Amino acid sequence: MKQNKTVVFLASAAALLILPLILQGFGNAWVRIADMALLYVLLALGLNIVVGYAGLLDLGYVAFFAVGAYMYGLLASPHLTDTFPALAAMFPNGLHMPLWVIIPAGAGLAGLFGMLLGAPTLKLRGDYLAIVTLGFGEIIRVFMNNLDHPVNITNGPKGLNQIDAIRFFGIDLGKPLSVGGFELSSVSLYYYLFLALVVISVVISHRLQVSRIGRAWMAIREDEIAAKAMGINTRNMKLLAFGMGATFGGVSGVMFGSFQGFVSPESFSLMESVMIVAMVVLGGIGHLPGVILGAVLLSALPEVLRYVAGPLQAMTDGRLDSAILRQLLIALAMIVVMLMRPRGLWPAPEHGKSLQGK
Amino acid sequence: MEILLQQIINGLVLGSMYALVALGYTMVYGIINLINFAHGEVLMVGALTSWTIISLMQSSMPGTPGWIILIIAMLISCVVAAALNFVIEKVAYRPLRNSPKLAPMLTAMGMSILLQTLAMIIWKPNYKPYPTLLPSAPFNIGGAVITPTQIMILGLTAVSLAALMYLVNHTKLGRAMRATAENPRVAALMGVKPDMVISATFIIGAVLATIAGMMYASNYGTVQHTMGFLPGLKAFTAAVFGGIGNLAGAVVGGILLGLIESIGSGYIGALTGGLLGSHYSDIFAFIVLIFVLTLRPSGLLGERVADRA
Repeated sequence: MKQNKTVVFLASAAALLILPLILQGFGNAWVRIADMALLYVLLALGLNIVVGYAGLLDLGYVAFFAVGAYMYGLLASPHLTDTFPALAAMFPNGLHMPLWVIIPAGAGLAGLFGMLLGAPTLKLRGDYLAIVTLGFGEIIRVFMNNLDHPVNITNGPKGLNQIDAIRFFGIDLGKPLSVGGFELSSVSLYYYLFLALVVISVVISHRLQVSRIGRAWMAIREDEIAAKAMGINTRNMKLLAFGMGATFGGVSGVMFGSFQGFVSPESFSLMESVMIVAMVVLGGIGHLPGVILGAVLLSALPEVLRYVAGPLQAMTDGRLDSAILRQLLIALAMIVVMLMRPRGLWPAPEHGKSLQGK
Repeated sequence: MEILLQQIINGLVLGSMYALVALGYTMVYGIINLINFAHGEVLMVGALTSWTIISLMQSSMPGTPGWIILIIAMLISCVVAAALNFVIEKVAYRPLRNSPKLAPMLTAMGMSILLQTLAMIIWKPNYKPYPTLLPSAPFNIGGAVITPTQIMILGLTAVSLAALMYLVNHTKLGRAMRATAENPRVAALMGVKPDMVISATFIIGAVLATIAGMMYASNYGTVQHTMGFLPGLKAFTAAVFGGIGNLAGAVVGGILLGLIESIGSGYIGALTGGLLGSHYSDIFAFIVLIFVLTLRPSGLLGERVADRA
C-alpha cells in the first residue's frame, strides 16, 4: 500500500516535470495555459488558508494579488523613473530591482494590507465580512484606476508595461534557454518556477494545517466562541490567517506581473475574486488536493475549450465567441457542481469517518 | 447652497433606487440567510426586458402616450423578472437549503455570471439608449432642477414602499414571511409553508428590483448587460449598512447611501483642493460601510445577534 503511494507520487512528479516539454511541441499557448493554471493554484492555496482553514469568507482576495503585481510592476519597469526625474538620477540604469528584494517586499506589503483589512473587520460575522472584503477589493481597484493624477503612480487604466522578466542566477526567464541542445521556451521556464512555488506552498499549507496554528484556525471555523473558551487568541489567529493568505496572494501577484510583463486594473476585477473563491469551494474547501483540482479545472478547462469554440461561433454568427463561452462554462460549472456535490468535488474526509476506512 | 440642494435631490433619487434593490436582498437574507448575488442581474433583466417592450411598442403603435407605454412595459417586465427569480430560487437555491453555507452562495454567484452572459448573448453587448417617455422639461426648486423622471422615481418608490409595508405588516402572507424569518421550523409547525413563503419573497424582490432597474435606466438613459452589477453591489452595501434582515434598515441604508455618495462626490473635489475627483464616488459607499460596521457590527438598525461564526 505504502509502496503503491510512492510509485504514484513519483509518476505524477515525473509527469508534471515533462508536461511543458510535451505541451511546447503543440505551441507555447498551451504552456501558457498550464502556467496560468499553476498561478491560480497558488492563489487558491492562499485563499484556502483564509476561507478553508479559518472560515473567513474573503471576496476581495484579488486585491492582494493586485498589490503584489503592482509592486513588481513599479519596481521593475521604466514607469517610476520616467515620471520622477529624481529617481531617474538615483538609478541611472533604470529601476530594476532584483527578485530577492521584490518577492519579500511584495509578500510583506500584501501581508500588511491583509492585516490592515483584517483589523477592523474581525468583529464581523461571516456575511458582513464578505461584503467588507468585497468593498476593499473594489477600493483597491478604483485607486489603481485613478492614481494617475495628480501624481502618476499607477498610470491609471492604461496600466504599467515593459515590466522586466524574472532573472536569477544569471538565468533570464524572458528568453528561451537551451540546455544541451534542447530549447526551453520562456513560458516553460516560468512553468518550472511556478511549479516550484506551488510545491513550496503545498508544503507550507500542509504543515500549517497540521500545526497548532492550523488546528486553532479550524477550531475558530467550527465554533468561534468555543475556540475562545479553549484559550485560543481568536483575534491574533484571524489576523494571522488574513496576513498569511494575503502573502500568498502578493507572491502570486509578483509572479503574474513578471509573467505578463504588463499589469492593468482590468486584471483585478471582482470576477477574479469570485473565480478564486469558486476554485476553493468547488474543489473541496479546506482540502489541499481538492483546492488544487478546483483551481486547475476552473482555469485550464475553459481555456482548452476555447479551441473548440470556433465552429460554435460560426454557427451562432459571432455571438458566442470564446470569451463568452468561457464565462458561460464557468457559470454553469459553479451551479452544476454545487448542486451535485455541495461539499465540493473532492471534499475533505469528514471527521471520524476517515478512521473507519482503515 | 444650490449645489447642496441639487446633490440632495440627486442623492434621494439614487438612494430610493438603492433602497428598492436593498429590500430584495434583505428580505431574502432575513428568510434564508443567503446573499443573493444574482439579485442585481434580475434588475438588469427587468430593465432590458422593459427596453425591448418599449422599443416594440414605440415602433408598432406610434402615438401612444409615454406613460401608458411605461406602465405596460413595467407590468410585463415585472412578470418576466418575477418568473425568472422564481425559477432561479427553485433551481439553484432550493436543493441546497441544508447544505454548507458556501454552496448556495456559489450557485448565486454562478447564476449572476450566467445571467449576465446570457443577457449579453440575447441583447448584444452594446449600450442601448433608453427612451425618455416622460416630458423632459425640468422643474426649478430654489435654484436646483428636478426632472419629471426623477419625480416619478421618488413617487414610485414611496408607493412601492407603502405597498410593501402593508403587505408585510397587514396581510396573511406578510405574517407568514415574518414568522419564517423569525424561526422557519416553528413557523412550519404552525402551518406556514416555508417553500411558498420563500418563493413569494423572491417574486416580491424581483418586482422591486425591476421597478428600480427601470428607474435606473430612465435616469441614466442607457441599458446594458452589466448595468446590474454596481447597483446590486451598492444596494447590498446599503442593506448591510442598515442592518441586514431589517426592512426599515434597508430603506434607511439605501437612502443614506445615496445621499452620502451624491453629496460626497459633489464636494470631494473642493474639499481636497482638486486632489481627488468625483470618480472616487464609488468608494464612498465602501468606506462608509467599513466605518459603520467597525462601530456597529450589526448595522444601523440591525439587532445584535449572537455570533454564529
